[in-house]
Amino acid sequence: MNYSILEERKKSIIFKNDNAYLDCDKDSIAGSISQRACVYSGARVVLNPITDAYHIIHGPIGCAAYTWDIRGSLSSGSENYRNSFCTDLKEEEIIFGGETKLKNAIQEVVNRFNAKVIFVYSTCIAGIIGDDVKSVCKDAEKKFGIRAIPVNSSGFLGTKSKGYKAACEAILKLMNNKVEKTKEPSVNVIGDFNLAGETWIIKSYLETVGLKVKSTLTGDSNCELIKSAPNAWLNAVQCAGSMTHLAKRMNEIYGIPFVKISFVGIDDTKDSLFKIADFFGDSDILLKTKKLIEIEEIKIKDDIYHFRDKLKGKKAAIYVGGGFKAISLIKQFDELGMKTVLVGTQTGKKEEYEIIKSIAPDDAVILDDANPAELELFLTENSVDVLVGGVKERPLSYKLGIAFCDHNHERKHPLCGFVGAVNFAKEVYESIESPIWRIVKEI
Amino acid sequence: MWDYTPKEMIERKSLVINPAKTCQPIGAMYAALGIHKCLPHSHGSQGCCSYHRMHLTRHFRDPIMASTSSFTEGASVFGGASNLKSAIKNIFTVYDPDVIAIHTTCLSETIGDDIPTIISQCEIPEGKYVIHANTPSYVGSHITGFSNMVTSMVKYFSKKLGYDNGNVNIIPGFVNPSDMRELKRIMDLMGVKCIMFPDTSGNLDSPLTGKYEMFPKGGTQIPDLIDTGNSMATIALGKFASEAASIELERKCKVPAYTLKMPLGLKATDEFIMLLSKLTGNTIPYELEEERGQLVDIMVDCNHHYHGKTVAIFGDPDIVIALTEFVLSLGMIPKYVLTGTPGEAFESQIKEMLFEAEVDGKVKSYGDLFTLQQWIKNEKVDLIIGNSYGKYLSRAEDIPLVRIGFPILDRPVQTYLPIVGYKGAMRVIEMITNALLDRKDRDDLDQDFELVL
Ligand code: SF4
Ligand code: SF4
Repeated sequence: MNYSILEERKKSIIFKNDNAYLDCDKDSIAGSISQRACVYSGARVVLNPITDAYHIIHGPIGCAAYTWDIRGSLSSGSENYRNSFCTDLKEEEIIFGGETKLKNAIQEVVNRFNAKVIFVYSTCIAGIIGDDVKSVCKDAEKKFGIRAIPVNSSGFLGTKSKGYKAACEAILKLMNNKVEKTKEPSVNVIGDFNLAGETWIIKSYLETVGLKVKSTLTGDSNCELIKSAPNAWLNAVQCAGSMTHLAKRMNEIYGIPFVKISFVGIDDTKDSLFKIADFFGDSDILLKTKKLIEIEEIKIKDDIYHFRDKLKGKKAAIYVGGGFKAISLIKQFDELGMKTVLVGTQTGKKEEYEIIKSIAPDDAVILDDANPAELELFLTENSVDVLVGGVKERPLSYKLGIAFCDHNHERKHPLCGFVGAVNFAKEVYESIESPIWRIVKEI
Repeated sequence: MWDYTPKEMIERKSLVINPAKTCQPIGAMYAALGIHKCLPHSHGSQGCCSYHRMHLTRHFRDPIMASTSSFTEGASVFGGASNLKSAIKNIFTVYDPDVIAIHTTCLSETIGDDIPTIISQCEIPEGKYVIHANTPSYVGSHITGFSNMVTSMVKYFSKKLGYDNGNVNIIPGFVNPSDMRELKRIMDLMGVKCIMFPDTSGNLDSPLTGKYEMFPKGGTQIPDLIDTGNSMATIALGKFASEAASIELERKCKVPAYTLKMPLGLKATDEFIMLLSKLTGNTIPYELEEERGQLVDIMVDCNHHYHGKTVAIFGDPDIVIALTEFVLSLGMIPKYVLTGTPGEAFESQIKEMLFEAEVDGKVKSYGDLFTLQQWIKNEKVDLIIGNSYGKYLSRAEDIPLVRIGFPILDRPVQTYLPIVGYKGAMRVIEMITNALLDRKDRDDLDQDFELVL
């Protein structure tokens, strides 16, 4: 394929050595095949893992159908969040308004299930026909004595990032006002969604170094735990793109400081553990942290060497949702002796692209909100060995005969922490080394 | 999991729980992918388009391309005309398709964008086409969207030129590329020249070449779409997904329209082949008779495995109707039959079949999986047939699931293997039988466990 790159898109693609400024954080161009999603989808992926909440989608059926159990986040308790509830608006409601239907829908959830917390998402349609979701929720709270929390997530209001914010605001509404800090040092892990059980790994590290994990947000969380989150001493933010807003607001409201962490890759995992330990400034915690790292590193050393040997010099490409993950991945490929030749994100921020620019290898191409045609162009031009991406990138990669590693919803084994680093290396290695590519090359 | 579903059935009016359908645009997008060198375009915000592509990607495990008007708040308030205009311009510049097939979303429908007028104000390059279908999701389901886009193909392309091209038009319905291939193979064996539209084979099951083709070789060619107006007949397979377009073609170009059940199972395939033979005067070749004979042989060989077993079937109406007929012919008992797509015709057709077979079963159109689970909780069945969402039911109620329909997100290869025609029927029997026998092997006590079943 040899498609031209649109004039307007040219500023969103730069080479690391150019002195150019990368255009990002803007609306996509009409007519492009964007890999981006909407506000609602951002809100939904953040809130969905709250395992015992009821999520009612106020809109037509599609928005609910596509997001039904889509996140792939695991639960140690309730499985309730895996159901899909929708008002399934019909023509009539589009004309006369859907508030009555929403009221009844909430009532039906309350009657049928023992619902204590309901999130009500407004989709594009709810927004455009002007349904007052807020007041419906308020009435419902009064009438049923439950929490009904509106999520302002009409898709057209912006990109996924806006939806993350809406979700963070919704979470805040769930938290208690009364704050009594826990006696022992405690942390909230926020911005981890427990894909393939990753939250559990992070939690176990923190507990090993002597910290109490007050709550995890939103992976494997529940309404009670979220309520008590303001009692923690510190917020550790894993997915910066989606949850920094929550951390900032909790800082404003409850005075809880936060640190941005990343458990993607060995270096970042170590840095993050130290960052958290440093915050508490407690020699015992620090000692235990060192110990943990030592033990964990020994455990994985041989494996990592093994894969590093095999992977040295291979070329990698990254196309993920947010900038922070991209940064960690570049470092992780470094650790494996691999070279990142393409870095792109759907919704990266200016500051993140600055960091990307500073750490990416010399001739790397960096691009924002890329479409498949552009991805193909740079993937083939750079003869990439493996692409890290999400759902829509996988078949593209395969069609080009390029190995692939999912770092998004579809991952089936944890990629975070020390174990995750091995899993990642293993997956990249296995994908690159699959005998299938030999057959493909013969075509 | 899912033990939250209570047994008592209480009427629900305002709440769909665990839908058995999805929205119109994805059906329209899928249909459009069945035209050669066509880029589907979603007129609305990015979210919808991204979801539709993602879902199709997961089902077909192939790249799914579609562009979007990328609505922002401004477009939602002032209308999407300017977005659509620049989209059309950009798409032809960058991706260079032969056809852009626009479908609306709930949003652009609600704000009332007048698509034909907007298209008429655009400059369309020589030899290129822009077509559209209205696909508001607050009406119907993804099947309605499929039907609407296929009908638009007729509206935009079909022309009566006053000669007879000797073709039979086939509208295959919302089925996998493999099914479309199988239908073409059958027609080939029958010596029938056909124009199939849409035809996603070659597009969504394209071979790996090491190169990525945004527009693979497959799909219905535009000259053929135009030529549908000169065919001797149109056979619409499935009332819900295909009939509307055939009627439109009859109205527009006087091509006689026939609606059949989806040819899934012995009887429905017979009917399809008989109609082909009647229309063309061609005799049925030995190959097809042989396949039919093999199928009957298999039905006899296996009948004791499934005879009398109860089954719950859910999914898209055309598939479910045909499946219900098929399992009845196998001696199974379809206790629960449900689709998410609204439609009286669904309920009446199934009820008639059940009545004739003296089966006491429950039927519902515009139903959801919550209802289906409640039914099952009240009285269990031996087997569930439906799409991947059935896996929740299957696990919660401990009943084996045979995956047929759309979407199938958790099992590979199925889009390459047909379920229509005699060959497809053999495969369906294999799946049903093996699911039941696997279950038996798992459940049997040691003293009942046997090698030969
Ligand atoms: S808004 Fe309508 S078209 Fe878009 S995903 Fe929701 S139901 Fe489908
Ligand atoms: S309708 Fe709006 S909220 Fe729903 S998926 Fe589409 S863009 Fe998102």
